[in-house]
Amino acid sequence: MSGKHKTPMLDELEKGPWPSFVTEIKKASKTSSMPNMADDELGQVEKSYRTKRGYWKHGGIVGVLGYGGGVIGRYSSLPEEFPGVAHFHTVRLNQPSGFFYTAEALKMICDIWDKYGSGMTNVHGSTGDLVLLGTTTEHLETIFAEYSSRGWDLGSSGSAMRTPSCCVGQARCEWSNINSMDICNELTQHFQDQMHRPSFPYKFKIKVSGCACDCVAAIARADCSIIGTWKGNIQIDQAEVKKYADAGMDIQKEIIEMCPTNCMSYKNSQIKIADAECNRCMHCIAKMTKALRPGKEKGATILIGSKAPIVVGSLLSWVVVPFIKCEAPYTELTEMIEKIIEWWDDNAKPRERIGELIEVKGMRPFLEAIGVPPQPQQVFEPRKDPFFFWSEGDLERK
Amino acid sequence: MALPKRQTDIGPPHYEKFLPPVIKKNYGKWKYHEVLTPGTMVHVAESGDKIFTVRAASPRILSTATIREISELAEKYCDGYLRFTTRNNIEFLLSDESKMKPLLAELKEKKYSVGGIGPRVSNIIHTQGWVHCHSACTDASGIVKAVMDELHDYFTTKELPNKVRLAVACCVNMCGAVHCSDIAVVAVHRKPPVVDHAMVTKSCEIPTTIGSCPTAAIRPNPKDKSITINEERCMYCGNCFTVCPPINIHNPEEDGVAIVVGGKIGSLRTDPKFSKLAIPFIYNDPPRWPKVVDAIKNILETYAKHAKKHERVGEWIERIGWESFFKLTGIQFTFQHIDDFTFMRDTLRTSAAFKY
Ligand code: SF4
Ligand code: SF4
Ligand code: SF4
Ligand code: SF4
Repeated sequence: MSGKHKTPMLDELEKGPWPSFVTEIKKASKTSSMPNMADDELGQVEKSYRTKRGYWKHGGIVGVLGYGGGVIGRYSSLPEEFPGVAHFHTVRLNQPSGFFYTAEALKMICDIWDKYGSGMTNVHGSTGDLVLLGTTTEHLETIFAEYSSRGWDLGSSGSAMRTPSCCVGQARCEWSNINSMDICNELTQHFQDQMHRPSFPYKFKIKVSGCACDCVAAIARADCSIIGTWKGNIQIDQAEVKKYADAGMDIQKEIIEMCPTNCMSYKNSQIKIADAECNRCMHCIAKMTKALRPGKEKGATILIGSKAPIVVGSLLSWVVVPFIKCEAPYTELTEMIEKIIEWWDDNAKPRERIGELIEVKGMRPFLEAIGVPPQPQQVFEPRKDPFFFWSEGDLERK
Repeated sequence: MALPKRQTDIGPPHYEKFLPPVIKKNYGKWKYHEVLTPGTMVHVAESGDKIFTVRAASPRILSTATIREISELAEKYCDGYLRFTTRNNIEFLLSDESKMKPLLAELKEKKYSVGGIGPRVSNIIHTQGWVHCHSACTDASGIVKAVMDELHDYFTTKELPNKVRLAVACCVNMCGAVHCSDIAVVAVHRKPPVVDHAMVTKSCEIPTTIGSCPTAAIRPNPKDKSITINEERCMYCGNCFTVCPPINIHNPEEDGVAIVVGGKIGSLRTDPKFSKLAIPFIYNDPPRWPKVVDAIKNILETYAKHAKKHERVGEWIERIGWESFFKLTGIQFTFQHIDDFTFMRDTLRTSAAFKY
């Protein structure tokens, strides 16, 4: 094989039916103009497998002129042993909404990357960017010029608006209550400055899902989760209901009895829904897509605050705005997000996410700052203790 | 050589450029979809137009050579159109049904794994690991490869009660949706960090370092112009290491992974949930982490055997109770399972109604 390093442990991971990242790294060394990058990457990872520890230093500050993000500095702690990865920076290319590409665009991305980078990528990174893994500081400006002149910009990193992402939505999904791809694209364009010049207390992520199935995990992975929903009755096509029954679906057991609000009934081959009781969970619709469709008044719920457990535990996003209309040009939505960010930016300590700040300050000052009234949809249940605050304004209300 | 003219703040290219004509025409007007096989589906529009999708696995780390290869397949069978899913699968988008068979044949010949649609295991969301992150105390890609080699049939063919979403994170920063996955692996430390005082003095900001600790385990150490860690308070989160690298949290002999289960994202039937601890620790055992693979397989197959149709892992466990989960899986319950941090009040049992 090509490599200058012996990699018996990694070679083991080329066996088996699942596609192998080791094979990918080996392939990268064959097309990149800097084959020693992927080669030394393999050597270093093999060493990690042997010693059970990593050999990367903390990210350094590197970037392109005028931007404070989009490139993450990465250096090996063993530059003499593995000179090819002495510099191994990551370039985040902002993905198109919904991760749609043409072959032509992907090949262009590859041609440039083989010329100025390791030939390794992540399609895609956790936040959503198309991640180009491994280049050196002196190539960064060239890489940026090559991509941006062809219409591709960098994503984001650091304490900034992170690259928004979304589900496939109306492009190919019958359940999308909002145009998640367009909203994602518009918000990305709107927040370019906040993405490329980090000036926030910490990261801020936006994710957009077209329905409560939440295919981009917005509720768990975004400071601002936008999830499509509807008002009004679920649309039922009884002829299609009958076809599901005829095809062998046990509607009573699989649909009616699994409805969490017990608002459905099934008699004489007809489904009935007490829509006022339905919490729009999506179970019945997802299982009987030909027969049941969301109601006609479309919008989104805005939820705020989710994050991974570092440091005092994970958060799921909390309902803040139960229903907001989301039609282009999305002015109401954008203004709401701006107010949310402004409150956070004004009040947070460094490295404090918005969910953590709300935990410290309370939901009330946040809701007041963004002009959203208290509503029962924001809580599972009201508080249990008698220790609540009154402001002067509350007292005067006789 | 002159550089092409750079442009700033242009944002990503508009998505419309990459949409197949049939999608552009029927945008927002899809009526229903049908899963045809574990790796193929058709979406049908109000107009009667159809788009066929063929889904194939990717290791997420892709070489330019492989991206070119899938691009060429897309040119040959899909007029050049393709996309990726949020779980890093490749999706070929065909407007011509007759091209599906030859595409599938070529994918098979080129050894792509086709599947992941419907009530199955899909691709594992994962993080950078030793391949690319300073914080990693395991290798995400290696675990994913080992697990998916073993669960391959659950991607390509076998059915489960519902979909099972797997994830791997290589440190507690959890750059993936590990905290809300059906079954997930998260790498953990078990020893307080070791401080290099001279380097701390040189390269760290002491107040920031002290402030980074969630349990207030870090105190100033004026004598060494450094910090001291109260080891009894430390819960090995590594946050101090993130802000001050000379506080070394890595300990190859004591680092390893935990397995968490029962998380969920969507609102279908039950609210989204966090994953909870199933197995507190398994040693790193590269290249194939056999104990991790066995543990995941055991949980998955116990779920497959006992859950009702449409129940996700977390819904099944909540129905039977966690005490039954530990019994059915044979996983040992330990002190580590009892929350003594932020969720203690919510998780201790306050009822005498439980099972044995
Ligand atoms: S989140 Fe809902 S609308 Fe979006 S792709 Fe998933 S199922 Fe479709
Ligand atoms: S969406 Fe959920 S709550 Fe509403 S009727 Fe269907 S299953 Fe019941
Ligand atoms: S989970 Fe931790 S180690 Fe893994 S990529 Fe994220 S920060 Fe790095
Ligand atoms: S590892 Fe976490 S708990 Fe321990 S000293 Fe560092 S910041 Fe504090």
